[in-house]
Amino acid sequence: MENRSLVSIAGHSKEKILYLLEMAKEFEKNPNRKILDSKVVATLFFEPSTRTRLSFETAANRLGARVIGFTDPKVTSSSKGETLKDTIMMVSNYADIIVMRHFLEGAARYASEVAPVPIVNAGDGANQHPSQTMLDLYSIYKTQGTLENLNIYLVGDLKYGRTVHSLLMAMRHFNPTFHFIAPEELKMPEEYKLYCRKHGIKYEEHTDFTEETIAEADILYMTRVQRERFTDLMEYERVKDVYILRNEMLKHTRPNLRILHPLPRVNEITYDVDENPKAYYFQQAQNGLYARQAILCDVLGITLNDVIEDGKKY
Amino acid sequence: MSNDKQALQVAALKNGTVIDHIPSDKLFTVVNLLGLIDTDLNMTIGNNLESKKLGKKGIIKVADRFFTDEEISRLSVVSPNVKLNIIRNYEVVEKKQVSMPEELKGIVKCNNPKCITNNEPMTTIFHVIDKENGILKCHYCEKEQNKESIKLL
Repeated sequence: MENRSLVSIAGHSKEKILYLLEMAKEFEKNPNRKILDSKVVATLFFEPSTRTRLSFETAANRLGARVIGFTDPKVTSSSKGETLKDTIMMVSNYADIIVMRHFLEGAARYASEVAPVPIVNAGDGANQHPSQTMLDLYSIYKTQGTLENLNIYLVGDLKYGRTVHSLLMAMRHFNPTFHFIAPEELKMPEEYKLYCRKHGIKYEEHTDFTEETIAEADILYMTRVQRERFTDLMEYERVKDVYILRNEMLKHTRPNLRILHPLPRVNEITYDVDENPKAYYFQQAQNGLYARQAILCDVLGITLNDVIEDGKKY
Repeated sequence: MSNDKQALQVAALKNGTVIDHIPSDKLFTVVNLLGLIDTDLNMTIGNNLESKKLGKKGIIKVADRFFTDEEISRLSVVSPNVKLNIIRNYEVVEKKQVSMPEELKGIVKCNNPKCITNNEPMTTIFHVIDKENGILKCHYCEKEQNKESIKLL
C-alpha cells in the first residue's frame, strides 16, 4: 500500500493544499458523521500537548472512530527504554492510523517509514507541525475568501516559531507579501529569508510594531515572545512590551483584517482585543477540528468525493 | 603516468586496488571508511608521499579487494579527489574517480542532538543538496550541515 502519511506540508502541491481545504470546508458544514465508523485512531503523545491532542481526538470522535493512546510517555514502555520503532510496530497492530507527537525531530518521518499504517505528525520537536499549518491556511482562506496576494504580518518570535516557518513555506504557492515584525534577537532566520528569495516571496522586516506598521495588513499572525528565548535579559526587558497588540492599534486597519494566534496566549494580545470582530484566534482553534478531520480522512484514503457523498446522508 | 610509477615503488600489485591522491590527514579515515582495518588482506599503506597536486598525499594498495560504487561514494565526504586504479594481472584495467552521490546512507552522523537518528538504533540518511559546497540535509530532522561540520559514524 502507498504510504499516505502526513509528515510535513512542505512537499504538498498547491492543488493538494486547496483539495484539503475543500475537504475541511465539507466537514465544517457537518462535523458529526460516521465516516470513520469501525476505525481505530491511536494518539501517541511522547510529549504532552493538550490542545493538539484534544483537537485530534475530537476530530476522530466526531467522525465515529474509536480513540486509543497515551498522553504522557512516563506511563509507557518508552520510559523503560523501548525504541520508537517497537512502540510504533506494536500500536500498528491495533490501530488503523497513528497520530503522534514527539520531542525528537524527524521522529514522525522515521515512524512513517517503519509503520504499516499511516502516520500523522502532530509535531516533532522544533521541526514540523503540519496540522497547525493546515488550520492556519484554512483560517486565512475562510476569512479572506482566498489565499492569493495577501499581506501577511508575522509578529513576535520569528526565530524559534515553528508555526510561522511552516506557514511561510506553505504560502509560497499563493504570491503573498510577508512582513516580519520581531526584536533583533528573535528575527526571521536567514535560511527562511533565503527560502523567500528563492521562491520569489516578497518580504519586509520591521522592528517596530505600531498602528502605522500594520495599516495594510490582511492577516496579523501573533506569536509569544518568551523570556527564556533571550540570552540577554536586559534586551528582553526592553522589548517585552513592544510586541503586544492592543485594541486601539486596530482602529485604522483594513476591514478584512483578521488576527491569528496559535495559542496559548499569555499577554501578547490584550483582552480588549477579544471583543473586536477582527479577533479570530478562538475560531482559528475551532477550524483545527475541521482541518484535522480532513487530514485523518485523507491519510486513510478517503477522497473529497467520498466526503461529499457521505455528507448527503445527514 | 608518474603516479603509477610511484605506486610501483611501494609494491607491485598483481590484482587489487590502488587508492591514490588521499589527503595525508584523511588517510586513516579512508582506511576506516573502507573497512580495511579488520582485514587480513595483503595491504600497503603509504603516507606523506610527495604529490604535485596535494603537496603530501597518502596511498593505499590492497590486494584482491575491489570496491563497489557504494563503498567508493563513501569517500566523497572526506576526500572528493581520491582516485582508484583497478589492477588485474599487474595492469591498470580501470580508473575510478570518487563522486558525491545524491544520498549518503549510514555514513554521516547528524549533528543535531535532538534528531531521531541520534536517539534510535537506525541508519542515517542525508540528501546532498549542494554538491559543490558539500551541503547535506538530514532526511529526518531536515537540518542542514556543511562539509566542515560533518562527523562520520
